[in-house]
Amino acid sequence: MTGTTSVGGPHLPRYHREDAALRTPVGFPDYRSTALRAPLRTPVDLAHRLTEVTGPVLGEDRVLPHDADLTLRNGGEAVGQRILVHGRVLDSDGRAVPGALVEVWQANAAGRYRHVGDSFPAPLDPHFDGLGRVVTDSLGRYEFMTVKPGAYPWGNHHNAWRPAHIHFSLFGRAFTQRLVTQMYFPDDPLFGQDPIFNAMPAAARHRAISRFSLERTQENWALAFEWDIVLRGSDQTPFETDDDGDVA
Amino acid sequence: MSEPFGNPLLVVPDAPGPHQPRSGRRGSGFLDGPLRLGTTPSATVGPYLAIGMTWPDGAWAAEEGTAGAFWIRGRILDGAGDLVADAMVETWQADPDGGFASPEDPRGAASYPGFRGFARSHTADPPGEFAVHTLKPGRVPDGDGGLQAPHIDVSVFARGILDRVVMRIYFADEAEANAEDAVLRALPEDRRSTLLATPADDGYRLDIHLQGERETVFFAV
Ligand SMILES: [Fe+3]
Repeated sequence: MTGTTSVGGPHLPRYHREDAALRTPVGFPDYRSTALRAPLRTPVDLAHRLTEVTGPVLGEDRVLPHDADLTLRNGGEAVGQRILVHGRVLDSDGRAVPGALVEVWQANAAGRYRHVGDSFPAPLDPHFDGLGRVVTDSLGRYEFMTVKPGAYPWGNHHNAWRPAHIHFSLFGRAFTQRLVTQMYFPDDPLFGQDPIFNAMPAAARHRAISRFSLERTQENWALAFEWDIVLRGSDQTPFETDDDGDVA
Repeated sequence: MSEPFGNPLLVVPDAPGPHQPRSGRRGSGFLDGPLRLGTTPSATVGPYLAIGMTWPDGAWAAEEGTAGAFWIRGRILDGAGDLVADAMVETWQADPDGGFASPEDPRGAASYPGFRGFARSHTADPPGEFAVHTLKPGRVPDGDGGLQAPHIDVSVFARGILDRVVMRIYFADEAEANAEDAVLRALPEDRRSTLLATPADDGYRLDIHLQGERETVFFAV
């Protein structure tokens, strides 16, 4: 969908909507909790007007210095395989999204969340709370240090296990760009039996899987995984950039 | 259900060409098609969204003590009529003068004392209920020469919802403006009321029905 809407002169961007065949449906039968929660009626198309093309500015004021390192909490080090998770936040026109708040949360290395609702009998880690926050830099880059989350069981079906994943929440610039998603790790043997993973259309699943990144692996310290996140773009003219992000 | 998925894992890469992230086309100065990257697919927030998505000041789109501010409260209900206590509601709206605290507003970013325009509320306490402290938004242009009725854009996230669902809150005591609103007018009359917050002691109330007879009108944005 392209085109512009005039609001007394200035033109509003119209945000592209990914084809339904490449979007996660709101409900998915094998994920049983969706049965009573995912709306059943066809949503009504809402044209993009001022409320939809604007969004809150949430940046450094929501982030503390230690929020980018989840391995240091309560005066000690988290147990587990240290990993650096890094990547870029882009829109589908290829433009970097700078200054964007990225919120992450995850289970500890044993697969346990620090949450009253998590009854999985795996140990809690006094030095891991599973919460991170970062803001993308001028080129849309983000990175944080954490430990690789463990897989964990859940009650969806017999012997159901979630593949290791990190939850991500992103705002972008506009209400239309809001995204909450999960990052997976390469070649997880649990993908095949996980309905949350499989709810993503087959042709889009690879976009949720990070890439092992030997380049950023830190000698004697941490492995690295790279994951680029692509938010919806608009019909604004995209810039061509060189590798340094400068407009060519 | 021992074999919930009959097919082995299927992961299909994007077609080669302009849809590839990190494509070698960057820097060439020429594109032989629109540069369009595939968007990252959505996933559920899961039951533990409180770890990463709640803020101590989340509910306060308008600071405490802001003149004219009120609470909008409501329940989130599933298809069985049960309360959804692991959901989160986010709201985004104009200020009382119709301005947005966003540089994306082509009229320029507005600022209004004590007002952020954005709020988020977990539904854990009391169970199944959200609450945001805000101001009545002003009327903003609808792009066709008219004005929209005062409204708040709302995202609902929860365990058991794989992509956020979007609705709007309108105000039942704005009958004249509501009658002129292009979005409301396009809805069947008997469904408009699912978006109308009604006056209450300390502000307004509106329940969000994810399913059922009174399923809220949700929007595709
Ligand atoms: Fe999880």
